[in-house]
Amino acid sequence: MYLAKVYVTLKPSVLDPQGKVVKQTVNNLGYDKITDVRVSKYIEIKLDVSSQEEAEAEIEAICDKILANPNTETYRYEIGKLS
Amino acid sequence: MIKYAVIQFPGSNCDHDSLWIPRLRGQRSSMIWHKNHDLGSPDVVILPGGFSYGDYLRAGVIAKFSPIIQEVAKFADKGGIVIGICNGFQVLTETGMLPGALMMNQSLKFICKHQHIRCEKAGTPFTNQLREKQVLDIPIAHKEGNYFIDADGLKRLQDNSQIIFRYCDAEGNITPEANPNGSLYNIAGISNEKGNILGMMPHPERAAEDVVTSHDGTGIFDSIEAWLG
Repeated sequence: MYLAKVYVTLKPSVLDPQGKVVKQTVNNLGYDKITDVRVSKYIEIKLDVSSQEEAEAEIEAICDKILANPNTETYRYEIGKLS
Repeated sequence: MIKYAVIQFPGSNCDHDSLWIPRLRGQRSSMIWHKNHDLGSPDVVILPGGFSYGDYLRAGVIAKFSPIIQEVAKFADKGGIVIGICNGFQVLTETGMLPGALMMNQSLKFICKHQHIRCEKAGTPFTNQLREKQVLDIPIAHKEGNYFIDADGLKRLQDNSQIIFRYCDAEGNITPEANPNGSLYNIAGISNEKGNILGMMPHPERAAEDVVTSHDGTGIFDSIEAWLG
């Protein structure tokens, strides 16, 4: 068993209104060193495959097909073996 | 008589309005469940508004894998007339049948109100009974209507005249203030390159009968029927 941790984030060129509101709010709370906030998606996926390579191929495919919208988002992932 | 097919997903909520308006106009319409593999033989397909599959992950994305969408894509490939309204527009972008993406409104709020849009291109299957620069009052009701496309994509839309409707004020001026959701270039509706697929966030089916205050959606149904007639 493997566990994939997938991060789907907005491309830097795409405005993130949620991130802007969060930044504004934390600034208003007095955390004035916070200069930027981007909100993204974190997805955990368990895979019943026999190798790291197989897990990577599977995760890439589903990221491209469904998890990320190539118009607005990019993704990265970490995969580890579950003990 | 013109035959409309309305695709019904779990979570669609403008499906019955979309079914009703053609009937009110003396046409035929039928509801097609998302698990169907058979579209029948419609003249027009409507992808209605709502929250298909709960808008999970991203609005419209799960619908991309429903059996009936494969049939809608084949129908469109053969030149069939397809109109996606609101969530239907989101489904069309997620499937790649239309370019770009619909992101969360800049205000982060669900917006439900009357909105003016301007017809940018007359003579299409959806606008042949409208005049260029004609202003329509059509309700909007969405949280993910903020149209985005990269700079090259926008240029392609402009070069091919695929921008069909833009948000404007009552006089037809395209201004930032008249843009309800932050859409790039005030885009409210676009077509594919061939022109047989339209996606729009405003709801023409909510402005096409006597009991409601605006009847400006009628022009779009008039155009579709004139095109097919």
